[in-house]
Parts: sequence; C-alpha cells; structure tokens
Amino acid sequence: MITKEKLFEIKEKTKPSLVEKLLEGDRVEFRGDDLVLKGEYYKKQVRIALKNCDIIDPTDIDEYIAFDGYFALLKALTEQEPGDVVAEITESLLRGRGGAGFPTGRKWNEAYKFDADKKYIICNADEGDPGAFMDRSILEKDPHSVLEGMAIGGYAIGSDQGYIYVRAEYPMAVKRLEIAIKQAKEYGLLGNNIFGTGFNFDIELRLGSGAFVCGEGTALMESIEGRRGMPRPKLYRTAHKGLWGKPTIINNVETLANVPAIMNKGAKWFRSIGTEESPGTKVFALVGKVENAGLVEVPMGMTLREIVFDIGGGAQDGKEYKAVQTGGPSGGCIPADLIDTPVDFESLGKIWSIMGSGGMVVMDENTCMVDIAKFFLDFSVDESCGKCVPCREGTKRMHEILDRITKGEGVEGDIERLENLSKTVSSTSLCGLGQTAPNPVITTIKYYRHEYEAHIKDKSCPAKSCKALIKYEITDDCIGCTRCAKVCPVVAITGKVKEKHLIDQAICIKCGACYDVCPVDAISII
Amino acid sequence: MEFKFDKEENKEQIVAFMEFLDSKKNTPGPLMPSLQRAQDVFGFLPKEMLETISKELSIPMAEIYGVATFYSQFSFVPTGKNKVSVCLGTACYVKGAQSILEEIESQLGIESGETTVDEVFSIAAARCVGDCSIAPVILVNEDVYAKVKKEDITEILAKYN
Repeated sequence: MITKEKLFEIKEKTKPSLVEKLLEGDRVEFRGDDLVLKGEYYKKQVRIALKNCDIIDPTDIDEYIAFDGYFALLKALTEQEPGDVVAEITESLLRGRGGAGFPTGRKWNEAYKFDADKKYIICNADEGDPGAFMDRSILEKDPHSVLEGMAIGGYAIGSDQGYIYVRAEYPMAVKRLEIAIKQAKEYGLLGNNIFGTGFNFDIELRLGSGAFVCGEGTALMESIEGRRGMPRPKLYRTAHKGLWGKPTIINNVETLANVPAIMNKGAKWFRSIGTEESPGTKVFALVGKVENAGLVEVPMGMTLREIVFDIGGGAQDGKEYKAVQTGGPSGGCIPADLIDTPVDFESLGKIWSIMGSGGMVVMDENTCMVDIAKFFLDFSVDESCGKCVPCREGTKRMHEILDRITKGEGVEGDIERLENLSKTVSSTSLCGLGQTAPNPVITTIKYYRHEYEAHIKDKSCPAKSCKALIKYEITDDCIGCTRCAKVCPVVAITGKVKEKHLIDQAICIKCGACYDVCPVDAISII
Repeated sequence: MEFKFDKEENKEQIVAFMEFLDSKKNTPGPLMPSLQRAQDVFGFLPKEMLETISKELSIPMAEIYGVATFYSQFSFVPTGKNKVSVCLGTACYVKGAQSILEEIESQLGIESGETTVDEVFSIAAARCVGDCSIAPVILVNEDVYAKVKKEDITEILAKYN
C-alpha cells in the first residue's frame, strides 16, 4: 500500500535528476516554477491539460509523480470530504471540454447527492471528430493525469468503478493506458484502500469499434453494456440513472486532465485564467492549411487571430486565409472577417459555431465551402445510427442536395430547401449528432451564400475545387515540353514539341495531373 | 466471394478464445470485448465463432448480429493481408486525401471497402486517425505514412507486395 511518505520519497528521488536530464536536452525551460516546452510555438500557450506532454515519459509513473502527480488525489483523500471536492470543482467553474461546456461541478453534484449502492464514472475517450487529436495526445503522453482525475471524481461522487471508453483507432493510446493502469495498481494508487483511507477505485478499459455516435453519452453506455450504440431518450439524467441503471458521470479526457491541477492549485487560481464564464484553458488541434500545425493550449478568450496567425503562422504557402472550422461535424465555418472573435463557449455560439472538442481546421482560398458542407454531411449520414427519422433521412436528403450542387446540377430553391431541412433536423433529432449535423450547412449558407449561388446559377465553383465545374486550359505560356501530355492518364493532351499544347475537354477527366507537373505554370483552372 | 473458416487450422486460437470467453462470463457487458477479441484473433467474425459466443454468453444470435453489423470495425469476411487505410478526416481531406484514395483504388484495381483477388490488399477509407498535423496520412497495417503525395503511392504499396 502506498503512503504519503512513500509518494514524497518517489518525488524527491526522481525529480532532481529528471529536471537535470530535461534541461540538458534543451527542449524545456523554466517559466516560474514550471517546466515548459521551449520555442516560439509555445510562448503564447498556457498548458494545464498538456503540462506533462512531451516532457515526461508516459510509461514511467515515477516521472508523473515527480511533477506532483497523484498529490491531488492524496490531498483529496486525506484532507477533504467528498463534498469538499465537489465544491472545489464547482467553484472552479470547470466546464466540460468535450464540447457542450456543461459545468463539471454541477454534474458531479447531481451524482454526489443521489443515493445508490453503486455509481460509475466514465471517461469519454471516443474522440471521433475528424481533425481533432487533443484527447489522443493526452492519453498517449500523460495517461496518469486522466487516471488521477477519474479517481478524484470517483471519490467525490462515491464511485468505486471507472471505465475509459477509447476509440479502437487509437492503438497507442490503448497501450499507454494499459501500462499506466498496471503501474498505478502496482503502486496501490488504484485498487483497494488507496492511501490507507478505505477508498477503493478500479478502472477498466473498454474499446469502441468504430461508431462516431458512441461519443454521445447514452450511446456510449449502450455500447459498454454490449448493445448497438444508439442514444437513449433522455427520460432520466445520466447522473441519476446511467450505466446499468446506476448513477453515472461521463467526463471528457481533457476535463479530467484539468481536475488534478485544480485540486493542487485551487479553484481561485483556475479562475484567474481565461474568461469569467469560461475559465481555464482549452486545447485545440490546429490543422488544415496552416503553416504550423499542431496542438495548442491557450487561455479561453484568446482571439482566433492570435491562435491562427500568431501561433499557427497563418495560411500555408502564402495562400489567402479563408475560414476556420471549429467543432467538427457539429460546428461551423467561421469566415475571415470574424477572426477577432474570442474563443470561448459563449462567443463561438453567438456566431453560429461551437467550441466543440477542439478541432480547428484552417481553410484557404482553394477550399470550396459547399464541398466542405458536403464533406461533413457525408460524415453525418454515415455515422447516423438510424434510430430517429429526422437524422437518418434528413441528413441523407441534405447530402443529396449538396451533392448535386457540387456537380453543377443544383436547381433554383435548393438553398431554401437546405435551410428548411436544417431547421427540421436540428430541432427534431433525438441526440446531439442529429441536432448539430446541419450546423456546417447553416454556417456555410450564412457566410458563403454567394458560393452556393455561383454553383447553382452560374455553374461555377469560386474556389476552383469542384471537379464538375472547372476546366483545365493551357495558356500561351506553354513551352511545349510535353510533360503534361506524358502524364495525362487519358491522353487528352496533344501538341508538338516546343509548341503550345491543347487539352481536349471532351476527354479530360480533370484529374489535375497536368496542372501539378507543368514547370512553367502554363495550365490554368477556369 | 465465399470464405470458409478452417476450424482445424485455427485450433489453438479457438482454445485461447474459449478461455477468454470463460473469463468474461461473469463480468457485466461481455459482448463487445468478446467480438473485439474474435475480430482481432481471427481477422474477421466467423459464423462458427459467433455461434460459440452466443452459446457461451447466452446472447441470441440475432442480437449479436445486430451489434456486429452496427460497428464499422467488425467484418464478416476476411480482409487482405495488408490493410491500407486512407484517412479522410477534415485535415487530410482539405489537403487532398480524396485524390490519394482514388490513386490507390486505381493502382490496386479495387474500391474502398474491397479486397484484392489475391487477398494481399484491402482498402479502407478511415475516419480521422488523429495524425492531423502531418496530413494527409495513410496507414498500411500499423505503419503511418505522413504528408503523402500521389507520386509516393507506387513506392509505398511495393513495400508490401
């Protein structure tokens, strides 16, 4: 059994040599008392959930302990009553980082107050949003922070059993979690009578099997119970009647990773970061056509401009920045003129997007907004579980309309039809997947209506991306090098050496191979 | 295509799988882990093994079939020796993953979701694999290829032939 003394002993034994080793590696530096990653990219970042990522060895529990790991659990178990822990988290105003932003303390309080012989705490690690990998990084690089957060949550609500529901697409995260759980059990930080306090807590891993909808809380529980992952009608609160009918708390990975830090440093400290209504930080996966792609953790309320330009370095290859998409298939596209919007739950909601779990995909002038809406709808159609009609049928019809618009077959009234369907699907679907599935369509119509109109009326794609609406032509700059003719898979290009070549539009399949290979940029897209 | 499950050839795996089922019998919610194990060990879900699961865990076949068809990772036919997954997450998509998928499809002569006749390759359009900072990404089995270009495909596939 681990004791307070033993925990201190491990920390004192491991920390000095670890810090020395890290400083020698020249990747880290001190910021106050904390070790942080060095470099321009990290300067504007404030890392709480990611504080150990890329710094400690995630397969060595001692290194986690060296930076105060499991001290929050020790403090909670030995100095605080469960009610105090709930109060501390409530006071911190920590909000769910999975996307919805529900106050974690209120959630815990519901389960804490509810009397039952068995309660569960579930970590939702079914990170399925395309373009997001925040949770994956935390699980792979700092798995103990999640285990510790869960144990604290378990103590607070009176649960002795936790489950982590991880996507099967994350094999490395699963491996790292298995190692971490094993080590924590060996040390007695999970299991029976933790720190000799009589508190028991165990964690079991459960794997997803490739169903996006299982990230929805009730669908996730159905899946753990061994059924099709279809959401339940919300007749009861999960905190009262969840997994196997018992009070259950479901928290996202990043939310749980914030818990130990809050317990260690206090709710006041946490509220000193970020905004009044959304305290703390948020991790974003800044990806897409951006110069410096990667994970960023910044205080809530930082503007999109600071994130995309100051940290991300703006659009790639000198192209013009066009939009940023947040919230995955449930979110929206934010146009360039709203780039000074602060990033927090309320501000993003006001401009029709959502915070979401943290995917932030940058798009440039060559991204067609109708095509992007179609891409997300395609995802929602595929991942709709099929239980309720508006989501199952509505998303499919919307996708069909978008598909014909991108093919140049859009007809008058399609935009209105899309708007109508969006309203129906979002207001009548059973779960979050259906309710938010129209968001990418709603926002692209709102901010890029002219692109839809160009597709439908002028049969042209302003971003020059929709294959059916573009044409490749060879300009007078052609030097007759014949490279395009050689690379063309359908022999649509003819011409003599050192003479201007010609593309036969009737044969061209618009694969773009000639465009890529031309050494003098003599092929233009119109 | 008809696939036959050879019980004799898989004898050892079946014994190990039976032991696994035994250990799961008294835990809550044993179906998903059992299906995942079967998929993992046998490479697909053989009907014979589903019947075993049904008997051992006392779950009707209809229910098992319902669950197995719901999740995209379960398959009722064997996949090729090498599984090529093309990530179609947002970050990969905006960086041209669709054309990479099309290139692989044309080189292997099959479509996404299919297996080549010699059972060497199968292609899957994958959901976001979480490697967005190195998009576009393809996976061959567990090997990750970052920032893939169309020109790289021939070379990558050749490694597995």
